[in-house]
Amino acid sequence: MYSVNYHRASSVAEAVKLLKNGDAKLLSGGMTLIPAMKTRLAAPSDLVDVSRLKDLQGVKVSGKTVTIGAATTHYEVSTDEKLKKVCPALAHMASLIGDPAVRHKGTIGGSIANNDPAADYPAALLALGATIITSKREIAADKFFKGLFETALKEGEIVTAVSFTAPAKAAYQKFRNPASRYAIVGVFVTKGKDGVRAAVTGAGDDGVFRSKEIEAALAKNFDASALDGLKVPAKGLMSDIHASADYRANLIAVMAKRAVASANA
Amino acid sequence: MSDVSLTVNGKRVSGSAEDRTLLVHFLREHLGLTGTHVGCDTSQCGACVVHVDGRAVKSCTMLAVQASGSTIVTIEGLADGAELHPVQAAFKEHHGLQCGFCTPGMIMTATDMIARHPEGLDEATVRAELEGNICRCTGYHNIVKAILAASETMAKGAKGKAKQAA
Repeated sequence: MYSVNYHRASSVAEAVKLLKNGDAKLLSGGMTLIPAMKTRLAAPSDLVDVSRLKDLQGVKVSGKTVTIGAATTHYEVSTDEKLKKVCPALAHMASLIGDPAVRHKGTIGGSIANNDPAADYPAALLALGATIITSKREIAADKFFKGLFETALKEGEIVTAVSFTAPAKAAYQKFRNPASRYAIVGVFVTKGKDGVRAAVTGAGDDGVFRSKEIEAALAKNFDASALDGLKVPAKGLMSDIHASADYRANLIAVMAKRAVASANA
Repeated sequence: MSDVSLTVNGKRVSGSAEDRTLLVHFLREHLGLTGTHVGCDTSQCGACVVHVDGRAVKSCTMLAVQASGSTIVTIEGLADGAELHPVQAAFKEHHGLQCGFCTPGMIMTATDMIARHPEGLDEATVRAELEGNICRCTGYHNIVKAILAASETMAKGAKGKAKQAA
């Protein structure tokens, strides 16, 4: 790792100021950034640690409205009893990230700001129609995830929380890479008052996306059988050492079916 | 350089380290606690697992300065003098180690796992919870046995204490 200057921010406002130092980067759980720095894929001059900021902690549930602070860990999301009551699918999704030690450190804000094309949270937030709250504004998930490791975040803008209305039904199913635990394909489906949404991670050449085919089939009938014979186009899907685009296209249909079955269970 | 202050295995320690110093290197090289191992150095193998503020984390993927102010428990902090911690005793009893390289991380993961599952553990849960720890000697069979046995011993111990208190 190259030399770096560490700063522990005492407020979001201070973190925004500290981010103006050289080529500074935000540090939350560090489960992606620190490995990237160790391999010198990332070499920020300064790190601004926001992981201990009280304002960014915890899951709040009020009726059907869920708000999760950006520095809330995957472990906290996966074990939150209030969340498990209104949206067990998201708690379940968080329990599938990495391994226990990674879940103790990694955070929801870090995951979505990084927008890894195989990360789980982007699919969940897109399917939940979540709102991403930043130090400057609120951004709809549909406009937040822009491509591989790209988001709508501007220079110096910090994710502070995410918020969504718990849908009537939801589930996530992922086919994991057995070594990295990242999704080769992950599908998050929801059925709420605004209809059906299905988001796919791990598969898109351009990162997380909503599947029109799955949403159209499920809008008519929210049942796994509605996806029988569904053909997901392989165009625009990733091919790599783990899986070809055709294989991923098939997996999307399989994972979507399992997710719907689980959401209806 | 930054000052790093920690409580490690019940003792307050402090030192100065470069900001890029990983927690595992601070423990090993500044504090001489070499029980915590560096295996893969890519947050996969779990040989470096320690407890930070009561939670198992991979100390190769955390800066020492990030941990400053925290309470750390390493493998050296488990035994009570000459008396092994129940998880250590169970690993010995059930042959849960061969070369021993992964063992400190396995045991720190196991103690965290048992603490998080006061309702008790089953084999499937133990295997799933061990996915962040790799053993390259012989597999996981005896490690799983040891963790299940330790979990039972510790649950009995807790009940015994509760009875005594009552």
